Amino acid sequence: MATREPEITPAADVMVRMNQINLSFGENHVLRDLDLNVAPGEKVVIIGPSGSGKTTILRVIMTLNRPNSGTVEIDGRHLYHEKNNGQLVDAGEKHIRAVRTDVSMVFQHFNLFPHMTSIENTMLAPIKVLGLSKEEARERGANLLEMVGLGDKYNQYPGELSGGQKQRVAIARSLAMRPKVMLFDEVTSALDPELVGEVLAVLTDLAKEGTMTMMLVTHEMGFASEAADRVLMFDAGNVLEEGTPEKILRDPEHKRTQRFLKAVLSH
Amino acid sequence: MRVVVAQASQRGVWDWDFALEILPDIVRGLWQTVQATLLGITIGMILGLVLALLRRSGVRLISWPTAAVIEFIRGTPLLVQLFFIFFVLPSFGITIGAFASLVIGLGIHYAAYTSESYRAGIENVVRGQWEASVALNLPPATTWTRIILPQAIPTVIPALGNYLVAMFKDAPLGAGISAGGVLLVANSIRSQTLRGVEPYTVMGILFLVVSVPAALFVRYLERKYGYERT
Repeated sequence: MATREPEITPAADVMVRMNQINLSFGENHVLRDLDLNVAPGEKVVIIGPSGSGKTTILRVIMTLNRPNSGTVEIDGRHLYHEKNNGQLVDAGEKHIRAVRTDVSMVFQHFNLFPHMTSIENTMLAPIKVLGLSKEEARERGANLLEMVGLGDKYNQYPGELSGGQKQRVAIARSLAMRPKVMLFDEVTSALDPELVGEVLAVLTDLAKEGTMTMMLVTHEMGFASEAADRVLMFDAGNVLEEGTPEKILRDPEHKRTQRFLKAVLSH
Repeated sequence: MRVVVAQASQRGVWDWDFALEILPDIVRGLWQTVQATLLGITIGMILGLVLALLRRSGVRLISWPTAAVIEFIRGTPLLVQLFFIFFVLPSFGITIGAFASLVIGLGIHYAAYTSESYRAGIENVVRGQWEASVALNLPPATTWTRIILPQAIPTVIPALGNYLVAMFKDAPLGAGISAGGVLLVANSIRSQTLRGVEPYTVMGILFLVVSVPAALFVRYLERKYGYERT
């Protein structure tokens, strides 16, 4: 897969570059002229009220929602466009798939494959997309399940796991693709409160480990202040303010951010 | 008065010896009907899945004609379709034997119905499964064969079972194009012996003997696949 030399836009210090992204669902203008750069290895936490478009950012990067205008680059390669005689044109499915290999996403509702065991969930994509042998994929999946603390659940079906366990399998499943960019969409929001910790612990480990670029939409401010390099406050389709977790969480400039944090923290 | 008594004493309304005599022929005819049904449902299940996938195609040049064909098939009677295949297609240089016409007709007719069941089954697969497939960058073929269809088809199996039983009861229409089968056998016994009670009654009972267990089997399938493993 993806052996063809990609079109390089010099951007060594940018892993995800979103340029003038606009996206509407009917009347609802969800993303407005959004510019957003994420550095390689950076951990970015996106906060904001529901309906602010923060989840849509991740969905655009995952190609689940196509923007109406603007460009997205992953590690210097255009995601939705390719160069044709020096002109940017809409990319074909093949090009999108090649670039998308660098990205994976974990969902609020896990979206595990219910008819496959934990280990099978982790093995399918590495075999079908990366061309790993069954043995290689099994070893990789087993190591990752071990890493997320599910070394004893290889052969369980998702229906036999708790929410926290399901989400950890889902994280392992995405990690098995060794993406450069991992997107986490409110991955603890659907969990019982006592199960949130086990998933956050895995995320914190991942964040501290370093090399992978992570973008997380979450309401877990404790996690944000511990693990994030940067926090983005999102409102009405664009970044309202951004900065280090200390800055945004303790000393936000905008009233809107203050109100939002107060609501979330008192929750 | 004399005449009636004589007829009744000669042969009652029901003649057991006659019924037993014709039983083997009717069983043979029924076996042909069963064969036509099994072959027909095989075509119906495979072609139905193909139609369902074509109908879901994002290319309207494919999905719209497919939808039209499905509606056309559902909107016309099976017997007319059998006549068309057997009597009309030869005019266009396509000659198909009577039994093959029956099998093809049953298969195509029921494919239009099974395709709708498949479509419902596919639409029942939650959107998150498609999104997870994108997030793992699975190729479309893998998404279909490993993620979507394995979840969609179990929910369709009870409906397919019902179509199997319904097709079995439609298969005697093959008599209309002399495609063999139990009804054709019963008809020819009646025309040769001028007795209709025994052949048609024996046929009806044999139908029950096959279709009641088949219906029970479908109930079993419904219990087995009617709920989803999550």
